[in-house]
Amino acid sequence: MATIRFTSNLARHRPVPEMAAEGATVREVLARAFTGDEILRSYILDEQGRARKHVNIFIDGEMITDRVRLSDPVSPTSELYVLQALSGG
Amino acid sequence: MPSLHVATRKGLFRFTENGKGWAQDGDPAFLAEPVTAILEDRRDGALYVGLQLGHFGCKFHRSDDGGRSWTELAPPAYPASDDPEAPALDMIWTLASGGPDEPGTIWAGTLPGGLFKSTDRGETWTLNEPLWTQPSREKWFGGGFDHPGIHSILIDPRDSRHITLGVSCGGVWDSADGGETWVQTGQGLRNEYLPPDQAYEPELQDPHLLAACASDPDRIWCQHHNGIFVSSDGGRNFSEIKDVKPANFGFAVAVHPKRPETAWFVPGVKDECRVPVDGKLVVTRTSDGGNSFTSLSRGLPEGKSYDLIYRHSLVIDDSGERLAMGSTTGNLWTSEDGGDSWQMISATLPPIAQVAFGGAS
Repeated sequence: MATIRFTSNLARHRPVPEMAAEGATVREVLARAFTGDEILRSYILDEQGRARKHVNIFIDGEMITDRVRLSDPVSPTSELYVLQALSGG
Repeated sequence: MPSLHVATRKGLFRFTENGKGWAQDGDPAFLAEPVTAILEDRRDGALYVGLQLGHFGCKFHRSDDGGRSWTELAPPAYPASDDPEAPALDMIWTLASGGPDEPGTIWAGTLPGGLFKSTDRGETWTLNEPLWTQPSREKWFGGGFDHPGIHSILIDPRDSRHITLGVSCGGVWDSADGGETWVQTGQGLRNEYLPPDQAYEPELQDPHLLAACASDPDRIWCQHHNGIFVSSDGGRNFSEIKDVKPANFGFAVAVHPKRPETAWFVPGVKDECRVPVDGKLVVTRTSDGGNSFTSLSRGLPEGKSYDLIYRHSLVIDDSGERLAMGSTTGNLWTSEDGGDSWQMISATLPPIAQVAFGGAS
């Protein structure tokens, strides 16, 4: 199962435990991870399932390339990091 | 104890009037988060807010204890689609209570242009499809934002199924059946910057705010991008008020709840220069239906000021005497005498998106 870690900035809004979920793509892994917590899902993805504009997702250190369909492949040993982009005050 | 909710770029602030004046009441909620809309529902006392988090999207919260605690609920969502460009919620611009005969019903006006309804106190939302699928909605365009948005939702106090909307930029829309069907109204609105043969096209208008008189809901005042307009027939037709000094540009308008001829505005120079004329912040008031305007400035900054009052940041209470006003500079004022004089409540708030009078909670 892939491991998912979230930016600590998200903890201001929602509990963000480290998670593990199965799936062959980012889309599948996140879909399983967010099952039962639609509000957490809404922090990372918009209602169309796209990565939010100012959220970045990395797989084993590489930023995903498909932010719309989240089709980047994930292996069972992958680590996903969900980070916020930097922004001003 | 009268209260005032102040939605800002960095949190939701509350002020109360304790007999000696207005003072901040407690710590802000949602500190550091942009609050784009606040509603205190008079029917059950619930508070609702819309947030626009920089990273994590639009959020929606409800409080059932006067703001001491909040519950996050799923925000309005646009229908799922496989289109990579499918719309998604960009901002909750305004929240409105349904009628007294519709307990639990609230409405949300959003960017990119969807009207949403909840019948269960914000637990779930439904996009109003009849408006969303209107063919002429394709003509709507953004006014100050990338996308068009609904900023004014007027529920007729005589008939909760009669709804009037203001859209930037999409003009005025009217439903007589609770949102099942819609017609474009707003004849007479004029956009000077459009090509001359399109200046009066109703669907291309940019009403910055619609405000109805509580006791005479057919009287609707409009601060429009292009000036001040007033309707006597519920928004179907508007008359333009010309030669308003010091300027006819602005965003906000408030209407006296019992005297439909009386309304307040806060002028700016013009659309490409959104600051007070000559650096002098004034509120203007008409008491005769727009035939004449009085500039009111007692208690407002004596020196140069560059405050802008956004469309939801000038409000009046039920008495018609008490007003509140907040600026993008983070200044907050109240008036207890119909705008004749103003008291500064704070000069150190974040930029203010909305002010709203509350009850005694």
